[in-house]
Amino acid sequence: MLLISCPWCGPREESEFQCGGEAHIVRPTDGAGLSDTAWGDYVFMRKNPKGVQYERWHHAAGCRRWFNVARHTVTHEILAVYRMGEPPPEVEP
Amino acid sequence: MVIVGGGGHGLATAYYLAKLHGLTNVAVVEKGWIGGGNTGRNTTIIRSNYLNDESAGLYEHALKLWEGLSQDLNYNVMFSQRGVMNLAHNEHDVRELKRRCYANHLNGVDSDWLSTSQVKEFCPILNCDPDARYPVLGATLQRRGGVARHDAVAWGYARGADRRGVDIIQNCEVTGFRIHDGAVQGVETTKGFIGAAKVGVVVAGHATVLADMAGFRLPIDSHPLQALVSEPIKPVLDTVVMSNAVHAYISQSDKGELVIGAGADLYNSYAQRGSLPIVEETIRAIVELFPMFGRVRMLRSWGGIVDIAPDASPIISKTPVGGLYFNCGWGTGGFKATPGSGWVFAHTIARDEPHAINAAFKLDRFYSGELVAEHGAAAVAH
Repeated sequence: MLLISCPWCGPREESEFQCGGEAHIVRPTDGAGLSDTAWGDYVFMRKNPKGVQYERWHHAAGCRRWFNVARHTVTHEILAVYRMGEPPPEVEP
Repeated sequence: MVIVGGGGHGLATAYYLAKLHGLTNVAVVEKGWIGGGNTGRNTTIIRSNYLNDESAGLYEHALKLWEGLSQDLNYNVMFSQRGVMNLAHNEHDVRELKRRCYANHLNGVDSDWLSTSQVKEFCPILNCDPDARYPVLGATLQRRGGVARHDAVAWGYARGADRRGVDIIQNCEVTGFRIHDGAVQGVETTKGFIGAAKVGVVVAGHATVLADMAGFRLPIDSHPLQALVSEPIKPVLDTVVMSNAVHAYISQSDKGELVIGAGADLYNSYAQRGSLPIVEETIRAIVELFPMFGRVRMLRSWGGIVDIAPDASPIISKTPVGGLYFNCGWGTGGFKATPGSGWVFAHTIARDEPHAINAAFKLDRFYSGELVAEHGAAAVAH
């Protein structure tokens, strides 16, 4: 059971949250002119790192707000929690 | 040539390369021991009742190979066609499962629709009370489905490949690819460089790690998928029962243990362990479906890292690198496809083009949009 610190509610159990997957994926602005390769990269391709992943979480059974987490995908250690719109912080795994 | 990954799929690939294509100058490299990854961690369920034509073709090809596998390998994989039931708990389940049943009939895949009373007759210990937490409104039954001994599948394919001249190298981890002018020249490993004009990669949860080494992207997310077994009890369950809606599936092994599979964990992980809330949800569902298991004690639980693709279908494909082939994305249900996966992957590597059976499962589909959506038939929530 992960203990996740919601930026608004403080530490809560994993079962209150939903994981929204990789963070900082930016929707391309030029949709009409975009190549199939660029669309495929945006929609489907994922970093899926073995190490630190920057990902989105949703406090579904709490304040229902989204936020970002930097988490190690082998140790599951949560290295940083930061709000939507903030740049990913440098973290030491 | 080199096959990276000594699980069931990799060993089957090497076996069919040698047996059907006469290619025996093959090394299978495995970072741990053969069959020690997801091959030894799954719940051994085998079925082919998938929705789309492409998937039915692939999984039914695998099922037909299962039906002759012990004879072909001269090694008893203990394939037991005890039937696989998929339960419907609500109107949507009923419609979805009936639709899949009819699609199966059109593809020559056996699939029966059972009413609630027929379910009760087929599996008397299942709670079919109309007031149950998860009422059983019916089920599909694939009678040719069942289970097999997972370790024996790895060992049987390994023995068959070894006897035909394939080298199997354990404790040998791939650390990089040597690529020149867009074509693979071999693999760097912890035991040194192995030159090869063709390399087939079939490493399940670590597919993205290997694709990163080769310099292209995959649409894969790696998640833990958990399973657990009970203490051995007397024979009580002679079929496989799966429930899509409550994320649980169960059968009884020949040793008497109840083998229980859970849903995938929420978040990406390479840790080969899952979270306790998922186990709790699964056990809660199992006890609702089978009240008599309420006091059975669990013996152990474990997790495997599964490679989930966006359309819940595998990728068995050429890649942007010449001579480099990937077989991944099996997600939560790769074991059932082991013989078929190895068979089509061997063809793809030997001929440098996919067989008609796996042509649709190309990596390019995520750029062209030709997805093979199998979230319903994949049966595990993710």
